[in-house]
Amino acid sequence: MSRAVVKLTSRDWFPKAAAGLILGFTLAIGLSGLFAWFGPGGHWGGTGKTQLTMWLVAPLWCGVLSFVFLFRSGLRAWLGLGAANLLVFGLLWGGRLLLA
Amino acid sequence: MIRTDIVKMYKDIHTWVGIVSGLCLFIAFYAGALTMFEGPIQRWATAPSGLPDAVSLDRAEALVDAALAEHPEAARGWRVHVETGPESPARVSWDIGHPRHPDATFGAAFDAEGHLVTAELNASPVAQLIDTLHQQVGLPLDHEIAMPIMGAIALLYAIALVSGVIIIIPSLLKDAFNLRLGKNLKRLWLDVHNALGIFSLPFHIIMALSAVIFAFHDQIYDIQGETIYEGGIAAQWAQDVHEDPDVAPGTPLAAPSAVVARLAEQAPDFHILTLQYARDRDGHLGGRVMGRSVGHGMRGPTYGIAEFDPYTGDFTHVDYLPGQQPRWESIVTSFFALHFGNFGGEPVRWGYFVFGLAGAFLFYSGNLIWIEARRKRLTKRHGARPQTRTTRVLGALTVGVSLGSIAGMSLTLAAAKWISAWPVDLEVVHTGLYYAVFVAAILWAFRRGAGQGGADLLWLCAATTLLIPLSSLAGALMGEAGPWNWGGPVLVLDAVALAGAAGFAVLARITRKRALTGPQDSVWAAQPLQADPA
Repeated sequence: MSRAVVKLTSRDWFPKAAAGLILGFTLAIGLSGLFAWFGPGGHWGGTGKTQLTMWLVAPLWCGVLSFVFLFRSGLRAWLGLGAANLLVFGLLWGGRLLLA
Repeated sequence: MIRTDIVKMYKDIHTWVGIVSGLCLFIAFYAGALTMFEGPIQRWATAPSGLPDAVSLDRAEALVDAALAEHPEAARGWRVHVETGPESPARVSWDIGHPRHPDATFGAAFDAEGHLVTAELNASPVAQLIDTLHQQVGLPLDHEIAMPIMGAIALLYAIALVSGVIIIIPSLLKDAFNLRLGKNLKRLWLDVHNALGIFSLPFHIIMALSAVIFAFHDQIYDIQGETIYEGGIAAQWAQDVHEDPDVAPGTPLAAPSAVVARLAEQAPDFHILTLQYARDRDGHLGGRVMGRSVGHGMRGPTYGIAEFDPYTGDFTHVDYLPGQQPRWESIVTSFFALHFGNFGGEPVRWGYFVFGLAGAFLFYSGNLIWIEARRKRLTKRHGARPQTRTTRVLGALTVGVSLGSIAGMSLTLAAAKWISAWPVDLEVVHTGLYYAVFVAAILWAFRRGAGQGGADLLWLCAATTLLIPLSSLAGALMGEAGPWNWGGPVLVLDAVALAGAAGFAVLARITRKRALTGPQDSVWAAQPLQADPA
C-alpha cells in the first residue's frame, strides 16, 4: 500500500508561490469570514471584532504562503488550495443561509 | 524527523527570499531600532523656539481664548499640551493647511506683561524621517507606492522565518545552540545567525505579521467588505459611530485644567500628555486625549487615545484607553503594542532596541553566509579561484546598502544641530543628506569591493555616528555661538551614539584585518583574486 514518495525540490517554486499568494489570500479571507459570522460575537460583533477579523488574514495568508511548497507540484497546489477555497466559501454561504 | 528533501527545498527558498528581502529588512530594522528613541531624538534635534516659557496649565483657558480671538484659523482645531518640553514648548498649538499634512504648526504663550505671543514651531523633521525610512523599508517613494512594496517584503520575511526554522530543526536536535568558536569563521557566523533567529523568533513573527497588516489593511478591509460582510465594510464601521453632542450655542468649554482633573478621576493610571480639540463638519466640537499608561499596551506608538466631552471632561469613548478597552479592541491593541514595544515602559523599549539591532544583524549575516558558503563550495570543487560576478555584486550591495543606511541616518541626525537656522525646508535637507550618503556608500562599495569597501564604510559609520555626541559637545563648548543642548535624559542618546561609534570602529579594524590576512579568494579579501585575462 505504500506510495512512492515524491522528492520535493524548489524547482517549481513559481506556480506554488503564486497559488499561495493568490489562493492563500482568498482562503484567508474565507476563513476570516467564518470567524466573522460564526465566531464569538457573530456578524455584528462591533468594530473591534471587525478589526480582529482583518488581522486574522495575516497569519492565515502567511501560513499558507509558507507551507504551500509542501505540495508535490504547482498544479496540485492550485487544485488543493482551490478545493479548500470552495469548501470554505461553501461553508460560509451555506452557514449564512442557515442563519437567515 | 524532517525529510531531507524538504529541508533542502526550504534551504533554497530561505536563501532566495532572504537575498531578495534582506537589505530592505536591514534598513527597516536599524531605523526601527532607532525609533525606539523617537522622543529623545526629537528633543535632541529640535532648536529652541523663541517663545516665552510655557504658561501654567491653569492659564491655558485664557491662552486658548486669546489665541482664538487673534487667530480665528485655529478655531477648527487646537491642542492643549498638558506636558510640555523642548520638542513641544508651547502650552497651546494649532496647525494650518491640510489637517493631516499641515503646512505649519504655531504655538502660543504669554509674555511677562500677559500679552499673547505666537510663533511657528519648528520641531525637527529628522525623527520623522527615520520613522519613514523604517515604515517604507528605506524606499524614497510616495507612501502609497512604498507600502505595497513593504508588504511584499513582509510576506517574503514571513516565508524566510518559516523556512529558516524548518531548516535548522535537524541541527537543533543535534547540537542545540552550540556556538562553534574556532577557526571556521563562516561556521561561527552561521551559528550566531541561527541562535539569534531562534531566540528572537517570537519578536520576528510579530513584526512580520503586523507589517503585512500595516501594508495591506485598507485592501483587506475592502475585500472583506465585498466578500464576507453583509452591507459591505461601511456597515461594519457604522456599528460604532458616535456623534459629538449638540450643545446650546454659547455653552462654555470646561477649562483644560478642569478637564484634566475630571479625566484623572475616571482613569487614575492614565498619564495625560495632550488634549486635542477638533470641530467636525457640522461644527460640533469633539475632544481627544492622548496619554501614557505604564503596564498597559497602547494603540499609538507611545500613547493611548480616548475621546472626551470638551464641555464636561467626561470620557465619551474609551475603546483605545489603555486598561479600559473592551475585549476585541484590547486584543487588537495588543498587536500594535507588541509591534511598538510600548507595553512595559523603558526596559521593554531598550529590549526592543536590542532586538531591532539584532534583527538587522540577522539579515546582514544571512547575506554574508550565502556568499561565503558559495565560495567554499566552489573552492572545494575547483580550488581557489576568482569570485563570481554574482557574489561580488551581492557582497558590495550588502555592505553598501547596510552600512550606507547607518552612516546616512547618523549624518542626517547629527546635521540637525547645525542646519536648523537655514532658510530652507529642513525635511528636504535631511532627506537629501541621508540619500546622498546612502548612494555614495553603495557606489564606494562597488568601486572598492566588499572587503576594502566594508572596512572603509564601517569607518564612515563610526565617524558619522561620532558626530552626534561631538555636535552636543560643540554646543557645550561654543556656548551661544554653537548649537543648543537640552541636557537631562537626552544625554543617553549621546552616550548610545558614542558607544555605537566605538563599536563600528572595532568592526572596521576586524574587517580590515580579515581583508589583509583572510583567504584571498574571498570577496572579503583586500585584493580579491582576479580572473586571468586569458
